[in-house]
Amino acid sequence: MKFEDEPVPGQPFPIRPGHSSGGRLERILREGVFAVTAELDPPDSADAEDVYRRARIFDGFIDAMNATDGAGANCHMSSVAVCALLRRVGYAPVMQVACRDKNRIAIQGDVLGAAAMGVCNILCLTGDGVQAGDDPGAKPVFDLDSLSLLETIRTMREESRLLTGRKLDSPPRVFLGAATNPFTEPLEFQPIRLAKKIAAGAQFIQTQYCFDLDKFRIFMTRARDLGLLEQVFILAGVGPPASARAARWMRSHIPGVTIPDSIIHRLEGAGDQQAEGRKICIELIQQLREIEGVSGVHIMAYRQEKSIAAIVRDSGVLDGRTPWYPERGRNPGYLGQETD
Amino acid sequence: MLRLRLWSVRHARLLEAIYEAFERFLIKLGPLLERIGHERLEKPVAALERISKGLFFDCQMCGECILSSTGMSCPMNCPKTLRNGPCGGVRPGGFCEVKPEMRCVWVEAWEGSRLMRKPEAIRALQKPVDARLKGRSSWLRVIREKTRDNPP
Ligand code: SF4
Repeated sequence: MKFEDEPVPGQPFPIRPGHSSGGRLERILREGVFAVTAELDPPDSADAEDVYRRARIFDGFIDAMNATDGAGANCHMSSVAVCALLRRVGYAPVMQVACRDKNRIAIQGDVLGAAAMGVCNILCLTGDGVQAGDDPGAKPVFDLDSLSLLETIRTMREESRLLTGRKLDSPPRVFLGAATNPFTEPLEFQPIRLAKKIAAGAQFIQTQYCFDLDKFRIFMTRARDLGLLEQVFILAGVGPPASARAARWMRSHIPGVTIPDSIIHRLEGAGDQQAEGRKICIELIQQLREIEGVSGVHIMAYRQEKSIAAIVRDSGVLDGRTPWYPERGRNPGYLGQETD
Repeated sequence: MLRLRLWSVRHARLLEAIYEAFERFLIKLGPLLERIGHERLEKPVAALERISKGLFFDCQMCGECILSSTGMSCPMNCPKTLRNGPCGGVRPGGFCEVKPEMRCVWVEAWEGSRLMRKPEAIRALQKPVDARLKGRSSWLRVIREKTRDNPP
């Protein structure tokens, strides 16, 4: 899928009136196309090719990919660097920023640097606690929270100034996102928290894994009643559980993940649990698409990234279109070699 | 004092009223305190605040008290010190992601806020806290903000 004013890969689009960024994701969402994003697993490596190899497996199936920021409180290549590498060849990364590891000085600096390197989408997160990762002795920062982070970046973009008031010569033109977990307590507060996030600057939302569609529908109805659905693009989080055991592990070890027993029983009853997990994921995508206010899906398939292409294809959500991906070999910025 | 802190949330409405009355009283006291000098008062008042609010709210003395917007549940007891609502990691039953034995302070805050006369206060967007104010009296700061023409 190409736009008529498609730039040289690595350069941003001209910013359309009413848009905040020169990014592909914002364009797709504002055109009303059902968007597909996925989570890229950042490498434990200092080799750029490791990033490109992980990105390439999504080619032609997704519109943007999230570069996680120390997800699960584990160290990996930084989201700023992953995004910068991806931008060199024209991909549309969503840079995740967690408040756990950096204070406001470092975060604002990263936002400027990322925007300078062509990053057009930023997802503002609180971040998992350090207890969740493999380095629980690290010092948790949490100087900002996801809301004050959103407001900070929006102010940088709209008013061209830092939190201190100091003027910026050029503001970061970024499309701002936030996460939402409609499945955890306090349930009734979650739609209000979404409203707060929108008020603070969120333009798109990527949700936690949606396995419990009844709960999700209640959340969306509340969001609609609050008039939020016209103000924000909601991408519902999905992922294929690899097995019943993996699903059990996820819900007890990954903060905020809720998986109903019915899904686990369905996996247990299947001959090929992995295939069943993918089937569940495809069905969820198709059902989510029918829910009012859902503008796309965000696929998180940790260690199963290779399955994403087939899941997207079989779900039919692309309606025959092929999301843009870099034309390899012709791109001067692309240094890697063709592998797998 | 976890027990007392939970009691405080259960009685958020009462404490909200007491707190409002206390704030009015503080503001009346303003001119007197002004004469004594806030710098001279800072230490004893902060100590008093630490003891009383510590008892009822497990107050962490952030110096920018927002209890009336958080259902009388001190957000600085959140291990992530979140001031705008819960993180996405709240455990089943409303327990904290980081400290599983503790109820999430924001689950408490939501319950407390609904008992209050101004339940909508929890919707206010809170600015990042000023780390310089940690350990200082928020009462004196309120007086300064509400009584001086040019707050510092
Ligand atoms: S679960 Fe609640 S108390 Fe615990 S870190 Fe998250 S918001 Fe804070």
